Amino acid sequence: MSQTSTIDDVPVRATSARHVRRKSNRVRGTLPVLVLFLPPALLVFTVFVILPMGEAAWYSFYNWNGYGLPTEWIGTKNYEIIFRNGAFRQALINNGLIIAVSILIQIPLALWIATMVTHRIKGAVAFRLLFFLPYVLADVAAGMIWRFVYDGQFGLVAGIFNAFGMNAPFWLADKQVAFYAVLGVIVWKYFGFHMMLFVAGLQGVDKSVLEAADIDGATGWQKFYRVTLPMLGSTVRLSVFFAVIGSLQLFDMIMPLTGGGPSNSTQTLVTFLYSFGVMRMQVGFGSAVGVVLFVICVVLAFSYKRIFMKND
Amino acid sequence: MTDSAAPIDAATAPSGRAERLPTRVYLYVSLTILAAIIVIPLLTTALGGFKTLGELRGNPFGLPSQWQWSNYGDILFSQRYWLQMGNSLLIAGLTVFLTLAFSAMAAFTFAHVKFFGSGFLLNYFLIGLMFPAATAILPLFIRIRDLGLLDTYWGVVLPQVAFGLGMSILLFRNFFRNLPSELFDAAFVDGAGYIRFFWRITLPLSRPIIATVGIISFVGSWNSYILPLIMLNSESKYPWPLGIMVYRGEFSTDWQLILAFITLTILPTVIVFFAAQKHIIAGLTAGAVK
Repeated sequence: MSQTSTIDDVPVRATSARHVRRKSNRVRGTLPVLVLFLPPALLVFTVFVILPMGEAAWYSFYNWNGYGLPTEWIGTKNYEIIFRNGAFRQALINNGLIIAVSILIQIPLALWIATMVTHRIKGAVAFRLLFFLPYVLADVAAGMIWRFVYDGQFGLVAGIFNAFGMNAPFWLADKQVAFYAVLGVIVWKYFGFHMMLFVAGLQGVDKSVLEAADIDGATGWQKFYRVTLPMLGSTVRLSVFFAVIGSLQLFDMIMPLTGGGPSNSTQTLVTFLYSFGVMRMQVGFGSAVGVVLFVICVVLAFSYKRIFMKND
Repeated sequence: MTDSAAPIDAATAPSGRAERLPTRVYLYVSLTILAAIIVIPLLTTALGGFKTLGELRGNPFGLPSQWQWSNYGDILFSQRYWLQMGNSLLIAGLTVFLTLAFSAMAAFTFAHVKFFGSGFLLNYFLIGLMFPAATAILPLFIRIRDLGLLDTYWGVVLPQVAFGLGMSILLFRNFFRNLPSELFDAAFVDGAGYIRFFWRITLPLSRPIIATVGIISFVGSWNSYILPLIMLNSESKYPWPLGIMVYRGEFSTDWQLILAFITLTILPTVIVFFAAQKHIIAGLTAGAVK
């Protein structure tokens, strides 16, 4: 990205660094540094990231409650059950909906707000901080706060409805609307992060091009649409990438809000894994869900980078 | 994406010419409405903690007619609040320390030591960036159980460190590679080995990136929920996100107490955020522009 140009971009320095690295072969103490510096990270990473992922693939072919050794081989049955499970399909749809809302509502909203807080007005920085604040709060706390907001008896929504003399709804208990309520919280919680990415992107937009457009008599909208937006291309692609990856991990916020209910209407892939794999100690089944999630993450990340981010 | 880790400086005031009046009105009106949407839930949470349950029902928005300081006082004088804060701080502290130590050392070898398989090993660590800890949570649970670490702080800390390594190594390596190469020439001519070089020269120059990685890993650990939820059993070891859920379970409809509890648990985050906003914003968005 344009605002992150560094020493590496200067050819002279880069070659001299390479020169040193070639020479450094002969610096004494290559072996001690490798033996001391690499193993801690390598060990922890292998034991707690790579092996569990491999084991998940292995366990997923067994019916196992986690005690003793997995012996009851059931082939691909766990996977068949997953894809026939209504709650899992709901979770898939919900994750898709989160991605759609992130791309169609959250990112345009974040971009619009970013253009506002990069104007030269008093308090612009204060507004940025305020908008970023929800992103810093823990998902659990944000979920809990919004559970109160949506509460039909004591919450803010109840207060608004009562003020108009109407009976307050219990949105989170209504399976038709609960997930839309959750989506609202997701936008509230995460738009600030995307806004910050856009603020940084906008600071990298060349002012002289905008001034040139000004002289040519371009309107504000034309300047945004013809000059700013094309220059923000890489930021938009990055922002979408994070929205997609983030949506696949969503768990912490759902638990205090709805716990996946009512009747599984607000499950995401990870809450599904938790309620059906962890809570019931179905290690084989839960591992299979993990593998499906893993495959979705890797396929999405790879193909997205291949297709949209190859030039970034 | 370039290979550098220059932080986003989004907390500095924009420059350029001042705006005309209609533009200013449009900006302030829209921004104020948006700010209200952010602030009102937070403010009513904090104020709700000062009300009685009855008043909460009739008047969720306004100031409390009688400030119930005891809601907050009881929590502040209870052991559980401080215990949970302490647990969170301990877990986050250990996570940050180990993440910094392990990833800085590994990244140093990737940046400066030429050895067979270095590119392969770096990519091996970067696999960790591609999937969330939740995907392997059950085998992870079994592993922690078999290691006898269930219901210990280490059972939470070690997986957190492991899943943070990919990003941290990447950030550190990019920073180390961009340090001026003249330093190496000088140090190696003087006969310093890699390890002395790391301690004496690289680390003292790396304060910005240490801050960035430290912030990412601290915030992640402080807010994390799923790993402690699965690895810890005894309430005396719970960090605050778990504690808040237990508290809610206990006082299910006493919303005024729950609101006071939420407020007190997010208060440290809010204070630290406003005190160190520049560093925190730069840190939390650094992973995005790596």
